[in-house]
Amino acid sequence: MSESWDVVVVGAGIVGAACALECASRGMRTAVIEGRGIGSGATAAGMGHIVVMDDSPAQLALTRYSQTLWQELSKSLPADVEYERCGTLWVACDEGEMQEVRHKSAVYAAAGVATEILDGQMLAEAEPHLRKPLAGALLVPSDAVLYPPCAAGYLMREALRLGAQLFTRKVHSAKAGVVRLDDGTELRATRIVIASGADACDLIPELPIRKRKGHLVITDRYPGFVRHQLVELGYLKSAHSVTSDSVAFNVQPRKTGQILIGSSRQFGAETPEVNDRILASMVERAQWYIPEIGGLSAIRIWTGFRAATPDKLPLIGPWPEDESLFLAAGHEGLGITTSLGTARLLVDHMMGTKTRIPIEPYMPVRFARSVADA
Amino acid sequence: MTEQFDILVVGAGPAGIAAAVSAAGARKRVGLVDDNPDAGGQIWRGRATQSAAARHWIARLDGSSVTRLQGCRVFDAPAKGTLRAECGGDRRELSYGKLILATGARERFLPFPGWTLPNVMGAGGLDAIVRSGLPVAGKRVVVAGTGPLLLAVAAHLAGRGAKILAICEQAPLRQLIHFGAHLIREPAKVLQGIEYGWATRGARFQTGCWPVEAHGSDKLETVILEQNRKQWEERCDYLACGFHLVPNLELPVLLGCSLESGFVATDDVMRTSVANVFCAGEPTGIGGVELALIEGEIAGLAAAGRTHEAEKLAESRKQRLGFVCALKHATVLDPRLKTIAKDSTLVCRCEDVSFGKLREHANWRDAKLQTRCGMGSCQGRVCGAAAEFLFGWDAAQIHSSIRPPVFPVPVSNLGATGKLNCQDDGPAMAGTSQSKEVE
Amino acid sequence: MHELANSVTLTVNDISVTVAAGTTVAAAMLIAGVSTRRSVIGEPRGPLCGMGICFECRATIDGVPHQKSCQILCADGMMVRTL
Repeated sequence: MSESWDVVVVGAGIVGAACALECASRGMRTAVIEGRGIGSGATAAGMGHIVVMDDSPAQLALTRYSQTLWQELSKSLPADVEYERCGTLWVACDEGEMQEVRHKSAVYAAAGVATEILDGQMLAEAEPHLRKPLAGALLVPSDAVLYPPCAAGYLMREALRLGAQLFTRKVHSAKAGVVRLDDGTELRATRIVIASGADACDLIPELPIRKRKGHLVITDRYPGFVRHQLVELGYLKSAHSVTSDSVAFNVQPRKTGQILIGSSRQFGAETPEVNDRILASMVERAQWYIPEIGGLSAIRIWTGFRAATPDKLPLIGPWPEDESLFLAAGHEGLGITTSLGTARLLVDHMMGTKTRIPIEPYMPVRFARSVADA
Repeated sequence: MTEQFDILVVGAGPAGIAAAVSAAGARKRVGLVDDNPDAGGQIWRGRATQSAAARHWIARLDGSSVTRLQGCRVFDAPAKGTLRAECGGDRRELSYGKLILATGARERFLPFPGWTLPNVMGAGGLDAIVRSGLPVAGKRVVVAGTGPLLLAVAAHLAGRGAKILAICEQAPLRQLIHFGAHLIREPAKVLQGIEYGWATRGARFQTGCWPVEAHGSDKLETVILEQNRKQWEERCDYLACGFHLVPNLELPVLLGCSLESGFVATDDVMRTSVANVFCAGEPTGIGGVELALIEGEIAGLAAAGRTHEAEKLAESRKQRLGFVCALKHATVLDPRLKTIAKDSTLVCRCEDVSFGKLREHANWRDAKLQTRCGMGSCQGRVCGAAAEFLFGWDAAQIHSSIRPPVFPVPVSNLGATGKLNCQDDGPAMAGTSQSKEVE
Repeated sequence: MHELANSVTLTVNDISVTVAAGTTVAAAMLIAGVSTRRSVIGEPRGPLCGMGICFECRATIDGVPHQKSCQILCADGMMVRTL
């Protein structure tokens, strides 16, 4: 059986769901293929933060753009999405890190993101359970957290309401305008958007996406124990590193008062079992910053796989090797944050509309050339 | 710090006690781990009211060389031959040559409007709390649900002075008569049945009957019971309601033991599919105390290498297996029990997820992700058993929900290193360690 | 059966309760007539399973929240509070 679509989106994680909604809302005849469950992959495994990050100007631009889109959308989000603008505190341990805080503040300001510099005293008041003394922190009040599976669920429901259709099957192949499902169904499409995250390589083997394993712990409810998302400045070093296993302090409250404890990054670890050594390291680091966190009741531990690219920027745009293929994948730890921005950029580009921020830094063509040269 | 045992038994109910006592002997270091303050499990909880059998076995345990780890909760099996437990906030690594899992069973609770009110408890639940010091003299109690546990509980509570208003068994009379016919073959059980009957002689015993609503402002005040579409109200202090027992499979599943029809598969000497791991008691089939004791003995002997003696007992066990089957058939749940929950009735009590919200999903995994049902502290132990019955969702998917830590533990107990040296580390670098070069 | 060989006195939500030694905190909270915890949506809850798997009996004991009161014995001077 063959059907003809304006766009077929492969994958209904947060990025796929956002793309599906964007396409459907522009009147495109949209099909979405999701074989496992909406938001059940990396979307379900992550912390659910919406955070502006400045590892590179392009990352800053995309995260900021997308964060404002989330802010606009937040009024429409149902309660189960648990969107909460709790803000982020980038925690500085010493004067050296406070320099970084001041620099970061300026960088964010130039990008139009309001921040506040807290000294040690103000930080202690904002987060009484942090160890004392700390040098201070950078507060980014516009950052938020949410519960990702329900966010993806909401975006998909909206897409379906606007006429998109969901196929709960696995994709066997996607090329030359044809998506073949595992039951033999063929969908013909002008455009195919691959939004299957770390699994995108199943369909396009030469994609420069690698799985980057992470661990998370969630505690029982301790309302008010932590009020903001807390990140150490070294988080960027950890996310930036291409080769080593690393942990970086990143703790986040859920609206319920449960505390999410992260973060860890590993390459070359592609199976889901919990790594005791990494877990211990991550927990130790969290206890260094928040001594009492050791006494909280941990109820679950899990792992997940971020989709990582060599330059820490996602792939958004046409895949040069195949006219029908487009990518919306490789978001590493910023999938939730940049999902809305990704969708907007991608569809603007597909429709020839001027994008709000330049799309060039994220275009997949930047890798196709090196692949072709290899 | 790792403690070494030749034989480690998890669970100090009848099966675990029998296993530990039977395994203890010359030059065998035997450990018994249990998360309660005292041995006895559920059915033998509370020293004040133990049966002769309980006193006998516990005395044997107290007099044995078994190393007792009470108040210890096993939460992980990080490597072959090692279990990790949390004891009063501290983590202990327990290594074993042979492992005997005697983790028992828990009650299945089915939701109905008002079931979350304080003083609505399981049948075994109220029984356990009474054994743990709650006085019930003069209190009005309705006992409901299914299974011989109801009678045992009602009899025990009556003995403590409770006024048992009604015992409501959901199974229809014909199902029970059938079961009774099987029981006749076991004189001990007949005698017990008579004892229970006498103890509860003031109570109305109803079949094909179940609670449909519980009411009260901040605790239980009345229960609405239904039988053959007729409803009536009982004013009561406690509702003790449980719909059969489901095995505690978290550890067997974590260790990779094969299951058969929802129970741990074992051979005649209680070996599971995993080398050096035995299982005894309710996780192999709901069969009550006598069977649990025999299986515990068999497993203990077999683990201690006394296979011949274990095999001799295997015959005695086989004779009792018929009871397991008969009980299963007797307590098949009436499908109308799927309709007592309303859309607003909570199913997941940890996260307060309603029946109506759950009904929107096709399977446990999706329901869990979207509603957070099963993501609370109980990890789906309560709501999972209910959902399995209410929606027919895949039991295997529900079991695999419970992953380490199998019980909540303090954050400081997680991971590989026992001792923390983070004071010196500080955030000098973002904790990097070089793995092999992958580029 | 009625003699209290040892008794224990603790405080439950500022109410002084004396129980027999060997009584669990969950039982003491029921004796005191208080709920063990409030649920996510604010419902009062009490023990359900009596054996440590339902987590409804969680209370704050001596300042530490999320303690399963059905598996903890009362001790003299213990301060217990609805979670």
